[in-house]
Amino acid sequence: MSDALSTALPPVKRRNAELVMLLLAIGVTLFAFAEAGLTRNGELPPGLFAYGVTFGGLSLLAHVFIRFFAPWADPLLLPLATVLNGLGLAMIWRLLDATGDTENGSAMSQLIWTAISMIVFALIVFFLKEPRILQRYPYIMALSAVVLLLLPLIPGLGMTINGARQWISIPGLGSMQPSEFAKIALVIFLSGYMVTKRDVLSLASRRVKIGPVKIIDLPRMRDTAPMAVAWGFCIIVMVALMNDLGTSLLLFGTFLAMIYVATQRSSWIIIGLAAFFGACLALYPLVYHFSVRVDTWLNAFDPDVYNGELGANSQQLVRGLFAMGEGGILGTGLGGGKPGNVPEVQNDFIFTAFGEELGLTGCMVILLTLALLVQRGMRIALASRELFVKMFASGISFLLGFQSFVVIGGVTRVIPMTGATIPFVAKGGSALLASWIMLALLVRMSNNARKPAPQAIQDEGATQVISR
Amino acid sequence: MLSDLTLMLIKLAFLAVLWLFVIMAVGVIRTDLFGSAPRKTKRARSPEPRRPKAAPRGRRNEPRSLVVTKGPLAGTTLNLSSHPIVIGRAKDATLVINDDYASGRHARIYSDNGRWVVEDLGSTNGTYLGQQRLTRPQPVSVGQPIRIGKTVLELRK
Repeated sequence: MSDALSTALPPVKRRNAELVMLLLAIGVTLFAFAEAGLTRNGELPPGLFAYGVTFGGLSLLAHVFIRFFAPWADPLLLPLATVLNGLGLAMIWRLLDATGDTENGSAMSQLIWTAISMIVFALIVFFLKEPRILQRYPYIMALSAVVLLLLPLIPGLGMTINGARQWISIPGLGSMQPSEFAKIALVIFLSGYMVTKRDVLSLASRRVKIGPVKIIDLPRMRDTAPMAVAWGFCIIVMVALMNDLGTSLLLFGTFLAMIYVATQRSSWIIIGLAAFFGACLALYPLVYHFSVRVDTWLNAFDPDVYNGELGANSQQLVRGLFAMGEGGILGTGLGGGKPGNVPEVQNDFIFTAFGEELGLTGCMVILLTLALLVQRGMRIALASRELFVKMFASGISFLLGFQSFVVIGGVTRVIPMTGATIPFVAKGGSALLASWIMLALLVRMSNNARKPAPQAIQDEGATQVISR
Repeated sequence: MLSDLTLMLIKLAFLAVLWLFVIMAVGVIRTDLFGSAPRKTKRARSPEPRRPKAAPRGRRNEPRSLVVTKGPLAGTTLNLSSHPIVIGRAKDATLVINDDYASGRHARIYSDNGRWVVEDLGSTNGTYLGQQRLTRPQPVSVGQPIRIGKTVLELRK
């Protein structure tokens, strides 16, 4: 299907479409800054020019860079990421700087992290010519993922914030969240692993029948080892040792998605989900942090839960829900609401600030932008000719989409709040950097997938010359 | 301070710009999927090799039309001229067939000095002349079935 489509149209670079979209994305960002400033203080924000020049200039540089080093890349990836990053930046500026709240950092640090991320983006696009080479080191990647995940457990290095031990402190630089990068390493490992083990995971099976009716194709017992390892690791390490439910959910979800993409067998998903939910049900009365999260989710409006002790109450969640309700369809306008009522709104709960100030209309734009980003990633997986790249691109885009779901589902009380960040939008240096790294990988892979193959010798000119 | 009305207008304008961004992004994807405007169609066809303009006419066995005998478009007839015919699902194909097993630009039938030749354009599922899958351009004679997916075509006098 995808082959049919990609042969249907002549290959086009569409760099100018990217430029137009990028200019619009920068325009959206500046407009957001201006609106926030006008509404809050009645004047254009004094830093508008500096922010505009830095942010706009950097993203235009990224565009020029793509023009030279990845000219066939998908034209939408960079503008979509830029608009998300820009909206997040404007919102953080509005939440922290415009209200004079300097305790929680400022938009300037987010801008610096954006700059760092874009430089890393450029470096990856430049140096990683063939993403395929990552396939060579699956087990090193797996090991580094595990090390990154366990780093915060080292005494002296690790930091516990809000009950979850997932930060490490680097003297002079502040704190980092290594699990963000572990996700990428894990996707690389899974892609490489699935490419080699795909056949055995997808073909060998035992058919379970009741009478003549086929119920399910069960994998052989020994083939379930990778699943068991992933499951055990996610459950034991993440939930029991570090209380980091979000990362655990993300990693296991990504693992399930990738095994499904590789084998196209739903039995893996059924087994995986059953094991995961079974473990969650068994563990949640035992692990304090876990049961708190479930309790604040199910009984959020219970006065006892709402007024519970610090870190174990549902204040953040409930206030976020009311903030989004306050926004309604059109929102209060950027700067017009009171999103500061939600504690720590600039991190995980930034979506409620958008819900309050941009309303449903603006939230849908953010959701659509995220969805389009995921769609472009899946399209790369379809268009690519290499198995590893297919796995890698679909893994990364699933991770981006699933992460958005986990966060937004958490703040809208669809699932328990788990503590992850919306890619590109939320405040947090490591998360932003990790998102831009994933974008760089997607850009590089889409460039290689969309680049036209060298002309076959059978085609056109060459044959005619010989026959003459 | 600005009046509430101005702020309201700014707010609505901002939401409109946000949606403009999304709609334009979808537009880029649309062009990516279906190709844009007739301008591109022209560009798509230009790299095809130019065929001699007027094929010598008057041979006894010269076909005059291309007929679809099986498939969703059965019964369609196309008059042959000296121009090549591109068959496929893409909008810019001469004969657009709505067949799940056909590629965008699946095959080309052209006249080479009065002899009609069928050429597979790197399709996914292949083009069959009689029972054989095409590996290189092959001359077709009148009445020989050309199969593309579920569609069968032949040349008629």
